[in-house]
Amino acid sequence: MEAFKTFTGLVAPLERSNVDTDAIIPKQYLKSIKRTGFGPNLFDEWRYLDHGEPGQDCSKRPLNSDFILNRDPYQKSSILLTQNNFGCGSSREHAPWALLDFGFNVIIAESFAEIFYNNCFKNGILLIVLSAEKIEKLFYKTKNVPRYTLTVDLEKQTIIDNSDLFISFKIEPFRKDALLQGLDEIGLTFEHRKDIKQFENEHKKIQPWLFNSV
Amino acid sequence: MMEQKTLYDKLWDSHLVRTDENGVSLIYIDRHLIHDVTSPQAFEGLRLAGRKPWRVEVNIAVPDHNIPTINLKKGITDQISKLQVDTLEKNCQYFGIKEFGMGDPNQGIVHVIGPEQGLTLPGMTIVCGDSHTSTHGAFGALAFGIGTSEVEHVLATQCLLQTKSKNMLIKIDGKLRNGVSAKDLVLYIIGQIGTAGGTGYSIEFGGETIEKLSMEGRMTICNMVIEAGARAGMISVDDTTIDYLKKKPYAPKGEDWEKAVAYWRTLKSDKNAKFDSVIEINADEINPMVTWGTSPELVVEVEGKIPTNNNGEFDRALDYMGLKEDLPVRDIQLDKVFIGSCTNSRIEDLRAASKIAKGKKVADSIKLAMVVPGSSPVKRQAEEEGLDNIFKDAGFEWREPGCSMCLAMNADKLEPGERCASTSNRNFEGRQGQGGRTHLVSPEMAAAAAIHGKFIDISEDKDGNGSV
Repeated sequence: MEAFKTFTGLVAPLERSNVDTDAIIPKQYLKSIKRTGFGPNLFDEWRYLDHGEPGQDCSKRPLNSDFILNRDPYQKSSILLTQNNFGCGSSREHAPWALLDFGFNVIIAESFAEIFYNNCFKNGILLIVLSAEKIEKLFYKTKNVPRYTLTVDLEKQTIIDNSDLFISFKIEPFRKDALLQGLDEIGLTFEHRKDIKQFENEHKKIQPWLFNSV
Repeated sequence: MMEQKTLYDKLWDSHLVRTDENGVSLIYIDRHLIHDVTSPQAFEGLRLAGRKPWRVEVNIAVPDHNIPTINLKKGITDQISKLQVDTLEKNCQYFGIKEFGMGDPNQGIVHVIGPEQGLTLPGMTIVCGDSHTSTHGAFGALAFGIGTSEVEHVLATQCLLQTKSKNMLIKIDGKLRNGVSAKDLVLYIIGQIGTAGGTGYSIEFGGETIEKLSMEGRMTICNMVIEAGARAGMISVDDTTIDYLKKKPYAPKGEDWEKAVAYWRTLKSDKNAKFDSVIEINADEINPMVTWGTSPELVVEVEGKIPTNNNGEFDRALDYMGLKEDLPVRDIQLDKVFIGSCTNSRIEDLRAASKIAKGKKVADSIKLAMVVPGSSPVKRQAEEEGLDNIFKDAGFEWREPGCSMCLAMNADKLEPGERCASTSNRNFEGRQGQGGRTHLVSPEMAAAAAIHGKFIDISEDKDGNGSV
């Protein structure tokens, strides 16, 4: 995972609540055995007018010109602004893979679903939770300022724009550290190998049946 | 007085390896279930890093999402699906993981086979790269869905990095009337607390209604906590739990069984345990439920009408579903019926649906009514009881087990605009096929909807008279 420090990008406003992971990446693309290449199928059913199948050349498919990511200049956006409970539903990590592959490195919302939240951080995507009031203000800006761009500083936990906006945000320290340092979580857990072995020995005494059969 | 703990606290504490200065804990995982869709990239990561599973024998794999439900002899004709299922088989062989492969007499939906084989036990931590892993919490286990990075993490280290959730208790008292099932109860709860109502919580279900429910009913309820935003749902252990597990193939035997049962009986919240949130529900008031929108919280009683609300989300859901405000639910005309999924495909679900279908015929207006058992053992059991013939005589298709049209990764799907009564768990846009319209209901309601071509009130009235 690459280290994340500051990030500047064009903001795409997606005015919807409860955007589920089926909408983010429909099921037919989950048949892939790779981690990459999901970007062209991000929000597939909203983005294209035809029915998509894996392996298609998406540049030849009819676009839904009403959908935000098909409108200029949002094809090149890299910060997604949205509302409540983003990423609900299925645990598919293909959702963050698709968002990242499209170019989104930061998502700002009023709230996120838990499994999705976890999955994003494990792929180096920064998720920022802001109050309804601040989210509304940002939506207003995206509508009134052409090519509205934000700069996120993870170290300082701040968001600024080219004008007078200044927002500070909260993030759990361990998630911040993991992003800033681009840590390999499995490698870190292995540093506690002894603790795990010791726990296992105690666990075996209390629930031996968990170790005697399968 | 000893510290009073909730069931979740007990399960958490008994799996806690360590907690760091940031409050992040390393939690030990007892059982890891693996399926075709969310595992290939995890195995690839493991192989690239030259790692191997920490405790290979606690991993159990089963393909379910891509499996066809007809003409199994032909194999999987969709080559991309086939590659994914073959990849699971190869990965399991490479790492030495037990797999119930396609054609295995124990194959089925991962959340059906875990309990049915006794691979799911009380007191365990159970994870799977699938959000409906919460199902297993019905056994007094801490069970939750994870992403693919976490699948790799648990394979390699037998642990996961977690922060502790808050505790919520949903206490349900009263009696569910005949024709009102666990599915109606959980849909009702989601309607009450909303799709994000459980975010940040582990939800324990308690109260006399839960105590009287079968394991199948309890699984249906825990299965859908993710639709209320919670990763884990759970129910304390009682005789119902223990009776269900006795003699299951992988359940402990002999002396181990006795020791296990004694331990399992401690798996309940202490009397004065503190919950961060408590919700009380009266089961007497619950009627058969039908979702009308594109989120499980958009749900009404079968005798109700599509609600009115001036809000963009509502309008978008109505538009997608092709419905209008104030329309009685009973006037909705259906095209297809699906009985199956990890929510409602167990033997009790099929028995309940077959009672409604017995001696009746699927309405001419229904293009397809299908029953997809949750596993091969469920299918065999149903056939022994003659349920397959009841369904077939009524005009239902009797299929092979798998996830099928719950998420439509195989050939079973809705065409654009088609409307389906489904016993599955998600009514999201496109979930059962692009442009498809899903109404989530109980197995009894789905069967009744197939017979009548629309929804009807299948519950007995307050005097105990059936209305079907």
